[in-house]
Amino acid sequence: MNHQLIKARDLHKYYAVKSGYLQPSKSLKALAGVSFDLYEGKTLAVVGESGCGKSTLARILTMIEEPTSGQLSIDGIDVAKTTEKSIKKQLRQTVQMVFQDPFGSLNPRQKIGNIIQEPLTINTNLSTNERHQKVLEMMELVGLRKEYFQRYPHMFSGGQRQRIAIARALILKPKVVVLDEPVSALDVSIQAQVINLLIELQQELGLAYIFISHDLNVVRHISDEVMVMYLGKPVEQGPSEAVFNTPQHPYTQALLSATPQAVVDGKRQRIKLTGELPSPIDPPSGCAFNPRCQYADKDCQIIEPVMELYGDSKVSCLAVAQQRIGQLKAS
Amino acid sequence: MALLEISNLTVDFATYTGSLRAVDGINLSVDEREILAIVGESGSGKSVAMLALMGLLPWTAKVSADSMLFDGQDLLSMNDKQRRKIIGKDISMIFQEPMTSLNPCFTVGYQITEVLSHHFGGSRRSYNNRAIELLHQVGIPAAETRLNAYPHQLSGGMCQRVMIAMMIACQPKLLIADEPTTALDVTIQAQILELLIELQQSHGMALILITHDMAVVAETAEQVIVLYAGQQVEQRSVKELFKSPQHPYSEALLNALPERAQGKLLNPIPGVVPGQMDRPKGCLFNPRCSYAQELCRQQPPELQDGILCHYPLVAPKPDLDVRTQ
Repeated sequence: MNHQLIKARDLHKYYAVKSGYLQPSKSLKALAGVSFDLYEGKTLAVVGESGCGKSTLARILTMIEEPTSGQLSIDGIDVAKTTEKSIKKQLRQTVQMVFQDPFGSLNPRQKIGNIIQEPLTINTNLSTNERHQKVLEMMELVGLRKEYFQRYPHMFSGGQRQRIAIARALILKPKVVVLDEPVSALDVSIQAQVINLLIELQQELGLAYIFISHDLNVVRHISDEVMVMYLGKPVEQGPSEAVFNTPQHPYTQALLSATPQAVVDGKRQRIKLTGELPSPIDPPSGCAFNPRCQYADKDCQIIEPVMELYGDSKVSCLAVAQQRIGQLKAS
Repeated sequence: MALLEISNLTVDFATYTGSLRAVDGINLSVDEREILAIVGESGSGKSVAMLALMGLLPWTAKVSADSMLFDGQDLLSMNDKQRRKIIGKDISMIFQEPMTSLNPCFTVGYQITEVLSHHFGGSRRSYNNRAIELLHQVGIPAAETRLNAYPHQLSGGMCQRVMIAMMIACQPKLLIADEPTTALDVTIQAQILELLIELQQSHGMALILITHDMAVVAETAEQVIVLYAGQQVEQRSVKELFKSPQHPYSEALLNALPERAQGKLLNPIPGVVPGQMDRPKGCLFNPRCSYAQELCRQQPPELQDGILCHYPLVAPKPDLDVRTQ
């Protein structure tokens, strides 16, 4: 068994939302019970619509924010229980992040070299020459030429910028990289370049990825394990193959059937999802998915389902538990 | 006769560093009730070509074409006033970012009725009723109350529906959708695409769909034009293109998709789209093309049967004798 890098148990994150003068503030449940394990060299993909808590999860894992409740261990150390600053600093270096928009995440006034070496300046006591050397090594690793060191971000295309962002994330030798929609702003041909780079880096450095995306075709290709989230909760979680070939939760089935396929022969049966994601401030009672679910009945409006193992993957659905569901044909 | 016929459309932008050719000789024709997709990477000129058709380009742009006929009328020779009668009424366009293409200072109802009052006139009550009807048509629940909502009160999918309602308000003959779903989630994307096709069929519109997503093309369109660096490299029916692409760029685009990968690594197209300064000699795609020959590096190809290539691929596999070096 590989080394366990992240262990998350029942993570919750609530934000207080003001609802008006003299009104009690409400809580927005951005995350409502997320558990998973992440091992060395593996990729966990987190998928779901916008507003389902993917990015909140990323912020908690990178220790930008603290969970309201639940247990999070990074590299065997419980984050909530450590008070010592040096250990926390160490943990922050273990988990690094690549952001979605390569045009917004690089400072336009800094040279590429400075952008990549900034984490070193802050976290290590290396000399200027050593830092310079490390940056050049890293630039070579992600496929950037040496002479780019003195250039500014505006001189680069989207794909190159994402390489710069990846170099910056990797310079502290992290064990886990959180990738928040790393390729969704890129063209197909460039997207393939960046995905290949990520796969190669993972094999070379034994990195673990948390891959946040809404593009299921990309997720299917890159992930070992998938977690489908809906309104702050995982609804289906399991090995990539199982989730994609035999999706069990109605929401997973709908997501898969909504994803366009680059195949022209024959029209596929599409499950229509009506409506949009309900507000996380007052989620529907019972199963959060019940207003949009085609299998929902009275029980679903009252009883909140729990994650249970069916086949290879864990599913939280009453319809699955009561076997009232037809399976979507594997595509 | 085709509804829209454009031949040899060229758009040049005057920049500080000289003239930039964003669109280079595009020919297209759209019949009534047809869905045409235009695909290409960013910077391939797909939006600029359509903006040129709408007459929405800034003054730095110089548009020229051999002909630009819409429903038998020549768009190039008419003056701005005549053109405005067609644009927005018979041809309308949906833009990429629904949140930014609606005016945040006005209610949704005002923005929809503005179109109606501009093109038809009539009483306020009549077009308020029409606006409610339109919102119903695009599937917005509680349409009466939504008329008074501001764009920030609606989600991205809702805003896009409002945009669509606005654009079909005058029952256009041609609807241009510029990446209508790129900013949306997959489930909402599916809803919006379905809505567009439903409206296209019920209203008998022609639809031009601009996208970079090959999967969206496969699921919706009938005809497709592939653009690269402002040039039209391949034009065919969608079925044929997906079965046997004939231009190496179309083939490379399809092969770059994750679902077509063999093994763990994908097949990217090396390099990037050439810009203003680094335009290669000969065929524009030659530095990135895996089949490029000496002729490709020297001489620009000419359009033959809708394909811009010296050595078009032969179905189903390229003729290896000609191509291997």
